[in-house]
Order: sequence, then structure tokens, then C-alpha cells
Amino acid sequence: MNMVIPREEILAKYDPRVFKNRKEHIITVDSNDPNSQITANSRAVPGIMTHRGCCYAGCKGVVLGPLKDVLVITHGPIGCGFYSWGTRRNKAYDPNGVWFQYCFSTDVQEPDIVFGGDKKLRKAIDEALATFKVRPKAIMICSTCPIGLIGDDIHAVAAKAEADYGIPCMAFSCEGYKGVSQSGGHHIANNTIMRRVIGSNIEAPQASRYSVNLLGEYNIGGDGWEVERILERCGIEVVSIFTGDGSFEKIQKAHTATLNLVQCHRSINYIAEMMKTKYGIDWLKVNFIGIKSTIKSLHDIADYFDDPVLTKRIEDVIEDEMEDIADDIVYLRSMLEGKTAVIYVGGSRSHHYQLLMRDFGIKCVAAGYEFAHRDDYEGRDVIPTIKGDADNKNIESITVKPDPDLYKTFLTEARYKELKEKMELDDYAGMIPDMDNGSIVIDDMNEFESEEIMRIFKPDMFFSGIKDKYMFEKSGVYSRQLHSYDYSGPYSGFAGACKFGHDLVMGLTIPAWKLIVPKWKKESVLEASFEKKGVL
Amino acid sequence: MLDLTPNECVEREALRINPCKTCQPVGAVYAALGVHRCMPYSHGSQGCISYHRTVLSRHFKEPAPAVSSSFTEGASVFGGGSNLKTGVKNVFEIYKPDIIAIHTTCLSETIGDDIRSIIQDIEVPDGKYLVHANTPSYVGSHVYGYYNMMCGFINYLSESTGVPNGKVAIFPGWMNPGDLVEIKRLADICGLKYIMFPDQSGVMDAPLLGTYEMYPEGGTRISEIKDLGNCRCVLALGEMISAEPCFALERKCKVPHKMIPYPIGVENTDEFVMQTVKLSGIGNVPVCLENERGQLIDMMIDSHQHYSQKKVAIYGDPDTVLGVMSFVLELGMTPKYVITGTFGERFDHEAARILEVYGVKDCKVKSNADLFELHQWIKNESVDLLIGTTYGKQIAKAENIPLVRVGFPVLDRYVHSYMPIVGYRGCIRLLEMITNVFLDERDRECEDKDLEIVL
Repeated sequence: MNMVIPREEILAKYDPRVFKNRKEHIITVDSNDPNSQITANSRAVPGIMTHRGCCYAGCKGVVLGPLKDVLVITHGPIGCGFYSWGTRRNKAYDPNGVWFQYCFSTDVQEPDIVFGGDKKLRKAIDEALATFKVRPKAIMICSTCPIGLIGDDIHAVAAKAEADYGIPCMAFSCEGYKGVSQSGGHHIANNTIMRRVIGSNIEAPQASRYSVNLLGEYNIGGDGWEVERILERCGIEVVSIFTGDGSFEKIQKAHTATLNLVQCHRSINYIAEMMKTKYGIDWLKVNFIGIKSTIKSLHDIADYFDDPVLTKRIEDVIEDEMEDIADDIVYLRSMLEGKTAVIYVGGSRSHHYQLLMRDFGIKCVAAGYEFAHRDDYEGRDVIPTIKGDADNKNIESITVKPDPDLYKTFLTEARYKELKEKMELDDYAGMIPDMDNGSIVIDDMNEFESEEIMRIFKPDMFFSGIKDKYMFEKSGVYSRQLHSYDYSGPYSGFAGACKFGHDLVMGLTIPAWKLIVPKWKKESVLEASFEKKGVL
Repeated sequence: MLDLTPNECVEREALRINPCKTCQPVGAVYAALGVHRCMPYSHGSQGCISYHRTVLSRHFKEPAPAVSSSFTEGASVFGGGSNLKTGVKNVFEIYKPDIIAIHTTCLSETIGDDIRSIIQDIEVPDGKYLVHANTPSYVGSHVYGYYNMMCGFINYLSESTGVPNGKVAIFPGWMNPGDLVEIKRLADICGLKYIMFPDQSGVMDAPLLGTYEMYPEGGTRISEIKDLGNCRCVLALGEMISAEPCFALERKCKVPHKMIPYPIGVENTDEFVMQTVKLSGIGNVPVCLENERGQLIDMMIDSHQHYSQKKVAIYGDPDTVLGVMSFVLELGMTPKYVITGTFGERFDHEAARILEVYGVKDCKVKSNADLFELHQWIKNESVDLLIGTTYGKQIAKAENIPLVRVGFPVLDRYVHSYMPIVGYRGCIRLLEMITNVFLDERDRECEDKDLEIVL
């Protein structure tokens, strides 16, 4: 088969230095070439219009921000706190009030930069506790760029506040310049969650036999709620969610669950792996985005627990949910089959949404991740071969040991081996194996490359985030934000998949697309001028 | 919604809750987008510009191109000079702007990168330009960032050649494209020859034509920014946001200025029209504007019973808030709380002056305030209406108070950026929004037996 290799075409207009850097980030999927390797998680080129965020965005914005019973204070100038205030659409409900509806910041000023901001931070904590009658379950402090530079000891402030108030108080040195993207921030957040939160309620009784934690689910547009609804219908207890609609209180009991389900592995594979080591809890890579994916995930969970009653119940739920959407699937396939798409979003969504699109016959011609590591593309097996560099060595990597009291395993060794052959148990295969030969994988795709991809592939739709959504639409290509779902969702599970499908049909068929070229661009308007010149 | 907010107010010095401002760099980016073929450049780590592009795109529903030095830890320790040099070279090669507008972040400010000296070592291609502004995020707010970037352009580019161009410079301040179009329409009607700087209209409201242009037709031309130095004078709107650029142009090119409030409200628009007519020398106010004004007054009298004496809380950027406050006073409403997140004593003084004219005594005015405090005040003594940005919607929901969205950012509505709130037409629109929000509320809340078809 003749492979189209548009990498050179995409990058043709770069100068040689940028070309050399960027070419390592783009590959054509070729299942016959086991050696093909992509470069990921390396610095963006200065001056390139990357869509990446920073370490703070990953730590506070993604992982800690959604916690509903925690007071999260951004220590730094006002911007960082402001921009991460309610902007991810991670929903949460708590009858006692939700802390993340508030944006807490020390709003650091110039004198604090000169003389140090730690006193202000301590005072801010005092003021928060004096202001609110309800006590948060914990206090978390996230630092921003200048705080790291001036050397405020936020960890000392946290320790002192914890001692004084008796509320767990933890600090996160997630300054924006650390690492090369949001990914470093996920890691920093998770390290402390592992150290300080998970398992910290040692009195908590063991959860039911068929209980799970939902890891890497941020409840964007209510996705997590839909997954929870399906699991609970199946008779599976959800002990905690990291961290969409998540709470400190529930995560403290996460160690009591039997199995960890991992949705976004990029942001949370560290925790899954550490919980496996420390508590013996297996983790299963699941994907509740897409109909077939959801069914597969539910089947895998049934296989894992291996109880005929539970399995029957899961099958019944699948059958019932599928019955509800049967007509929708036929309709949506009829409308969407054969369309082409490009997808470029954060950690794991570019993978998950390809499988959902496939449910409706949409072909993904190019896909990329914003802040992935090589394993997100190539599978967990490649982790030992990933070379660290100075940028990611700055992010602490912690190791844990088996907990002498709490370590327990659910599966026998034989059963574990058997299941590992069948499913992504303590493992994930990455995005590339799920992509068609000849499609393009592009890491940290920037604005320029997006334009080139659009020019070369002319896709029917380009899924991305807000920063380039309008660029695509200006070009006449339908675009939908897959970070925030354009005010829609949930897109998870069975009904969610159809919601997504209907949104696409609506977006692709709105009459406005046909109105872009006005009548006078298609027909002559010269009649009047002939008359004037007296030609007729 | 905001269920945890207690009634009891505790004085806070160190903790900001639900800010009514954001940081300088986003203002610098928006100002730079108002210059034709300009690429905003953030000297810092890439998270900042990612946030800024996001908030601008969410407000305008438009692309907001901008780039970053993409600092990592190394650059933070050894200085960002090398990143800036590489970055600028790449931007000129890849995105081909005519001008790059560099602004700093709290990161590059704290490590003390001297942009001016770094820039001197950069080879700028022929006919291309670089300007910069210092925009530390720990000073002021996005409003400061906006005017600092204006000063950056003026300091680098504006020059007095000794040949007057006969034009007036209009500094419109931070406005939506719809407002800028309205300001230009009024100036044109009044026969004024002018250079407007900056001018995001045509950029942040670019048409959809089927092809993406990174640099749409709009924006102040570089030649025009240079020519600001030859202008007769500056007509500057918004005393809080335009003062510094006025001083910068005066220092550099001896161009005098006249600062007036944002033309929001009848008298503020009258002032703008008066000044414009005086400067153009056409001798009298065009009849069409008198008609527009008359239509506005007509509607104010027609509709007064639906909003008169209602209490209103206004929050947002200082000049916008003062303009809206003037207008609601003209409508016979009572401003109860007026806050801005931006620090500025001038705001407090100016607000007090306007309130005194109308004899309003019990209005709380506060600069450097936040929305949490506003919410607490409202919990203690409520208002009938909120006017401000999207970030007040939590209060609106929690307290069941209607919200009229005005200012920056408005993230959760469409079309607003096309619709002016300045000039007589802008007042008519504000009036429409205010009146109808009350009428909608009445229809929604009333009992079935009280629902009426006619007014």
C-alpha cells in the first residue's frame, strides 16, 4: 500500500531548526513498522503558538480545582486564580455548599514580591477561616510562577496552619514554569493526594465487594455523573471520583474500594500505579466515551469481578440502555457515516473520542494530544524506554511501599494472569494501536500545523479547544470544543454518545454553512452597468 | 450556588475571594490585537498566554492569536533572553506579522529580564517592528496592562515630524468592537478627522468568509501609530484607562489631550459629541445625532415606570462602571453598590462626585473590591438589578436578582461584543436590556391571573 506521508508537507514552511524539532512530533500510523516512535512531553518551541498550558493549570485547574469540600487558595497574583475559576465546566453538587464556586487568591502585590508573600498567605488562611462559618475538609495552597522564584515556603505555612487549626493543609509547588505542560502539574497534585489524602481515613470500613474508584474523571458537563449512574445501576458502588464532583472526604476512603477504573490515564496513571503497589488494588483502563467503549469497559468490569449475578445485571443494563438508543444509532450513522475528522485535545480524549466517532462511522484522519507522554501514544510498555530530561526531572516522582495493614489483592495470581491477557489490566495500549494505518499522529499540534492539516486533509470537522475553534470555523470547517463541550454534554455512556452525535449532526447541518458564499458571488451583478454604458 | 457565603462581613486584607479584575497581560494582549498585523507576544511560561487567549476567545467568540516565550525552569533560572530571541525569530518567520508586541508576565518581571536590552540584540527584519511593555501581574489589573501596552506602542513608534496631520487622536479605552464602531460612526458624523488607537473592530469581530485570516483588515496601522505624534490633540475616553497613554504621547511628542468619561449615558455622550464637534469645527451638532438623542430621551420617558427607583449594583472595570452608573442615575435608578476590582482613588472620587450631583447618599463605592464582598453586602441589603460581567451570575442566581451583562469578560452570551453600549444608540440598547430584564422577570414571576399582554 502506498503510504501518504504528509509530515514534510505539514512542516514545509518551517525553517530548518524548527523543522528538525517538530518532525519528531509527527508520525504516520503504520502497524507494519513496530519501530516508529513519537517524541512527546518535550518543550514547546519559543514563539510557536502552542495550545499548551502550564504546571499550575494542571495542578489547580485540572486535578485539585474540582474538589468540592476543599478550600483551594492560589498563592500569587490575581490572574492565575481568576482564569482557573469555574472555567473547566467540572460540575459538582453538595447540599452543604461547594467550595470551588469561590475563587480564592492572595492577589499578591509588588511589596509581597519584594519582601516575601508567606505572611500574606498565612493571613489569607486566617481570614478564610474567620470569614466562612463552614469549615472546609482541607485547605490546599497552589503556588504560581513568582512565588517559586521569591522562595516563599508555602509548605511551612501549610504545616503551621494545619497545626494551628487542626484541618489538613497541604501545599503544592506547581509554579507554571515547571515541566513543559499541564502534565507536570497533574503529577505534583497526585503525589500529594497519594501521600496525604488516599487512605488517610483508616477507620473507614471496607467498601462493598463490587466497589470502584473512578480515576481521571473530571465530570466535565456531567460526564462523571452519567458514568456513576450506569455503574450504580449495574450494582457497582462508586467509592470516590478523582476529582470531578470529587471530595476530600471520599478520596480519604479510596483505599477501601476493590478496583480502580482509569478514564484519563494521562492525568492519573501515577495514582493508579501507586495504589496498586501500596494497597494491592488493581486498576483497569476503561473508557466511557463511546458506545462500544462503554460496553467493553462494562464487560471488563464484569469479567474482573466474575460473579454471575453481577454479570447478568451488567448485561441487562447494557441491553436496556442500548434499547433506548437503538433508533438514535441508526439515524446518527445515516447522517455521519463517512465523514472525516481531526481531533486535537488534552490528555486522553483524542483517543477516547476517536472510538466514539467510529460508533457513527466517522473516520479520524489525524489526531494529537496537547500534553501527552509517549506512553499515551504508544502504550504503557514504552515507559521504561522514555528518556528523562532536565524539564521532567524537576517533577518529583515518589515511590510507595505495600501498606502492612491495608494491602490486599482481589484476584488470585492465576486469575490475574488470565485477565491481563484479556483486558487492559494495570495497563493501557495507547492511542496509536487504535488508529487506522495512514492516519497522522501529531504531538503538541500548534496553530500553524492545524492550519496546514486543515488545508491538506479538508476534514468535515475539527475537534479542539476554544483557542482554535473559531479559526476553523472562519475557514468553514465545523469545530466543536472537546475540552468543555460547548456548553453541552454529558457525552459519556450510551445516552451521552448520542447526545454527542446529535450535536454533530446539528452543527454540520445548520443552514448557515450554505450561506457563506453570497448570491452575488455565484451570479453576475453586471446587468445594471451594461445599461449605463448604453450597450444594450 | 454560593451557599457558603455568610452574611457577616469580615474585614479582609490578604485574601481575595471572587475577584472583579484579572492580571495585566490579558489587557496587553487585547490592546495589541487592536493594531493591524500585530502578534501579541507573552514573555513568560506558556500557561499565561493560554489562559489569556482562552478568556479573549470566550468573550469575543473569535480567534485571539498570541504567542509565548514558553519558559521552562531553565529559562526561569538563567533568564529568558535566549527564549525571547528565538521566539521573536520564529514568530517573524512562521506567522509573518508586521509588528510584535511583547509584554512581560509576573515570571519574567520577577527574574528581572530587561526586555529593552534583550530587544537591542534582536535582528528585526526590514520594515518590521518590535515594541514592548512591562506588565507585571502583581501590579494593578488588566486595565493597567491595556494602557501600559498602549504606552509601549507610543514610546516605540509615535514621533513628531514637525508636520501636523490635522487629525485628532482618539484613545477609546477598552471597548468591544461594537462600541468602537459606534465611536467611529459618531466621529464620522461629526466630521472629525481622526486616528483611533487601538482599534479592535475589524479584528475581534472579523466576518466569516470561508477562509481564516490571522490578520484581518481591522486595527490601527503602524503608520497611524507613528503619526499620533503629529496629531492636533488626543480625545481620550475613560480617565482611568487613558491617562497614562495621554501622558506618554505628551511627553514624547508634545501632543495635548482632553480626557472625558466613556460616552455611556446621555450626558457623557453629549460631552463626547460636543468635544468632537468642537474639534472638527463643523459648527453645530448634526441633526441626525440630535434625533438619535431625542429618540433615547423619548424611550427613557416612555419606559421609566419599569425601572425608576430600582436599586442596582454595578461592578466591573472603572471607566465602564462610572459610565453605567451615570446612565442609571439618568434613568432614575439608584446605584446601591458600585465596585471595581482595579485599584484607583480616582474611581472613588469620580463616583462620589457623580453621586453628589444626583443627591444619592447611601451608595457604597469601593475600588480594589471583590465580588464576594459585593455578595455579602447584597445578602445584607439586596438590590433589584446587577449590571456587570459574567462573574456576577453566581450572585444573580444565588439571590435571584436579574443580571444585565456589561463589560469584560462576558463569557456566557453571544452577540454582546457587536452591540454598543456607548453613544445614544448604545444607551438605547442598555435601556432595552435593563427594561426588558425587569419586564421578563415580572412575566416570569407573576401569577397566571396577573400575566398581561399589554403595557
